[in-house]
Amino acid sequence: MNAGGEVVLDLQKVSLSFGGVKALTEISFDVREREIRAIIGPNGAGKSSMLNVINGVYRPQQGEIVLRGQRFTRMTPYKAARAGMSRTFQNIALFRGMSVLDNIMAGRNLRIASNLFQQAIWWGPARREELAHRERVEQIIDFLEIQHVRKTPVGRLPYGLQKRVDLGRALAMEPSILLLDEPMAGMNVEEKQDMCRFILDVNDQLGTTIVLIEHDMGVVMDISDRVVVLDYGRKIGDGIPDDVRANPEVISAYLGATH
Amino acid sequence: MPEIASGQVPDTFPRLLFHHAEVRAGSTAMREKDLGIWQCWTWRDVAEHVRALAAGLAEMGFRRGDHLAIVGDNRPRLYMMMAAAQCLGGVPVPLYQDAVASEMLFALVDAGARFAFVENQEQVDKILEIREQLPELVHLFYDDPRGMRHYTQPFIHDVRELIEMGRIHNRNHPDFLPEQVAAGRADEVGVMLYTSGTTGRPKGVRLTHGAFIAAARGGADFDRLTADEDILSYLPMAWVGDHLFSFAQALVAGFTINCPESAETVMADMREIGPTYYFAPPRVFENLLTQVMIRMDDAGIVKQRMFHFFMAVARRCGAEILDRRPVAAGDRLLYALGNLLVYGPLKNVLGMSRIRVAYTAGAAIGPDLFRFYRSIGINLKQLYGQTETCAYVCLQPDGEIRFDSVGKPAPGVEVRIAGNGEILVRGPMLLNEYYRRPDATAEAINDEGYFMTGDAGLFDDDGHLKIIDRAKDVGRLANGAMFAPNYIENKLKFFPHVKEAVAFGNGREMVCAFINIDVGAVGNWAERRGIAYSGYTDLAAKPEVHELVRECIERVNGELASEGALADSQVHRFLILHKELDPDDDELTRTRKVRRNFVAEKYAVLIDALYSGSASQFIETAVRFEDGRQGKVAADLAIRDVKTFASSARSGR
Repeated sequence: MNAGGEVVLDLQKVSLSFGGVKALTEISFDVREREIRAIIGPNGAGKSSMLNVINGVYRPQQGEIVLRGQRFTRMTPYKAARAGMSRTFQNIALFRGMSVLDNIMAGRNLRIASNLFQQAIWWGPARREELAHRERVEQIIDFLEIQHVRKTPVGRLPYGLQKRVDLGRALAMEPSILLLDEPMAGMNVEEKQDMCRFILDVNDQLGTTIVLIEHDMGVVMDISDRVVVLDYGRKIGDGIPDDVRANPEVISAYLGATH
Repeated sequence: MPEIASGQVPDTFPRLLFHHAEVRAGSTAMREKDLGIWQCWTWRDVAEHVRALAAGLAEMGFRRGDHLAIVGDNRPRLYMMMAAAQCLGGVPVPLYQDAVASEMLFALVDAGARFAFVENQEQVDKILEIREQLPELVHLFYDDPRGMRHYTQPFIHDVRELIEMGRIHNRNHPDFLPEQVAAGRADEVGVMLYTSGTTGRPKGVRLTHGAFIAAARGGADFDRLTADEDILSYLPMAWVGDHLFSFAQALVAGFTINCPESAETVMADMREIGPTYYFAPPRVFENLLTQVMIRMDDAGIVKQRMFHFFMAVARRCGAEILDRRPVAAGDRLLYALGNLLVYGPLKNVLGMSRIRVAYTAGAAIGPDLFRFYRSIGINLKQLYGQTETCAYVCLQPDGEIRFDSVGKPAPGVEVRIAGNGEILVRGPMLLNEYYRRPDATAEAINDEGYFMTGDAGLFDDDGHLKIIDRAKDVGRLANGAMFAPNYIENKLKFFPHVKEAVAFGNGREMVCAFINIDVGAVGNWAERRGIAYSGYTDLAAKPEVHELVRECIERVNGELASEGALADSQVHRFLILHKELDPDDDELTRTRKVRRNFVAEKYAVLIDALYSGSASQFIETAVRFEDGRQGKVAADLAIRDVKTFASSARSGR
């Protein structure tokens, strides 16, 4: 486990509300280099809002995000991506009509230097660049073991594989921080196991810091270094899985107050 | 550095390899699809790698006669490692890569392997699981470094380190390896392959360089194989067929082997490579045809009409044209048109456009299936052989092809039929011995040097060998009539809807059968009729499916009724099993042959129910999933009667 690294992402007293609804109230936590950090909580706890704040989809009314020492009061998705953050989506954000290969290639957009014109005539540097990107994409395909569907349109793939492609698309950016929004939602046991293994491999072999949201407690506790627990927009627990599991407030949030 | 004197015929595999590295240094020896691209290794590359691997092994303490276990999918380095071990006079022992650790344990202990080379982390984990029981294992190498960063055990090494070490060793001791290769002899054991264990414990079959070279050369001459052939190496390396085609023949003829990217991509890889020489067990040909037919059913009406019209033409004259027999000019013209519109594109989709010779073996192939491939112009032939004979006993000569025989004895092989119908063979390709099993060796080879195959067969009038069944499986019904279960089962399995069948009847008054339906074919059939189902168990319980299977069996009964001696073998009652027979549950061998006795014991209640005349039987069975977890499948199985025919009656088809 890699819990001892430097703090790379620090959230300070983040509050977010939509009109009168308070989605997040003064939430602070940090993420360390190379750790797997989970955000858990029951439905409506504010997990997805939290992730959306981190990569700049929502702008919090209060609080700051410190990313590798740099302070952001107004994070935007583009800045987040530039800073080495990429994410996957709960409802899979892929181009359904495009092949697996093209989808992952699309994930390299930020890293492509040649302009539209150069790419259109596909000559010289643009061509060399594309070959280099293709190699990187092939490494990801190899890593995620999806060679057999390389040329299949994403819309024709089963759900579990689409999730894997979504992860591949996020990895194509070579992120230093990867945000995963319910990577295991809707999967069967075998697919969950596969996904766990890929997440651990990404963390271990590529050295990527991972922030993931999940409501399946069992899975999260097995693979995370540290866990943040949210309930009704408040932080009710934070620590290593064993501590969190023993925390009475967490137990009552998950199992009801009578426990 | 020439390892062999010029003019001398290379008589061991390392010498063959270095011979090719001289005469065709720049041609492609191996291809592997990696990162979406076919990466090529020339003979020079391969020889250089093998030299480094061998020297590295020697440095690590590998001695002449040592066993080196090889576990993994078909990868160039795994093949190279076989040659490397042979350079040092060692014996590679390829094992089935999909076996679970406990299954691998037997062979590893039996072989007393001191070295092992495995493909990846998955295989390393399996070895570590049984490490305690392998005191003789001193070094474990892996090919794919993925996930291996945290393995700190001192006996586990990356094969790249071994290669580096070997290169240094070769620089410092340039004479070492040539001496080792020169010390090799043709009558030394070159490889040890384990039998599948259909009949009891697996046995290590020790085969010499000479035996495999004789078999490979015989086959290569027979089919005029050249150095230009391309073969797809996708079958388990532990299987004798792969060793013959992808290793022995490739080294004898000097052709190119192609390793697919992964097990799931074999179809696509095959299309890209377009092999000229191809081997597949019947079930692969069957799956391909099923896929074609399913897709054809979904095609538009014009395409369907065209397909069926030209397939009828092909059935009429395709096989004759392939055999260069006289065919009417009109048919010839139609066939040429069909080739342009249907057969050509179809072969292209299957990746079979360039095939010159294709073989199938291992199980009986259905006549319709066999004719289909031949009629569209694929030179599909059958061969017969065992692990003990380097998979080389009988081959079908071009132009003398029939679906129910396995051809004539191959060059250099003598075949005899014993009094009890058992096939006996003799020749240079026979095994040396079973490892540490002199009893089994003595039992298998008789005083005249014939190997007893355990198969029952007969020669037809043209000298073609016909296989009926395993000699020991051939039994008698209560009334004394011959009962050949395999023969019946194969007839049943020729129907696309039947995946597996197990017939019972030895010592009984009638024949009864278990059936496994083919989920793909029957599922498609059910969907077309709007029958909803949730999975195998549910589908197998549908009355409509029972009716479908009953019709199949009835047709088989019709055929059997006309076959004199086997007329009494008609199937009287059957049931459809609630789960698919699976190698993970020990019901099938790894090569997917039914373990008859095991199945009979496991499902004894069902057999009793079949013979007691009851209409249904409840059963609950434990199953093991691929990840090792256990589960249970329960069902109330319906038992149905089938119509049988009087012996003389010619009915059915």
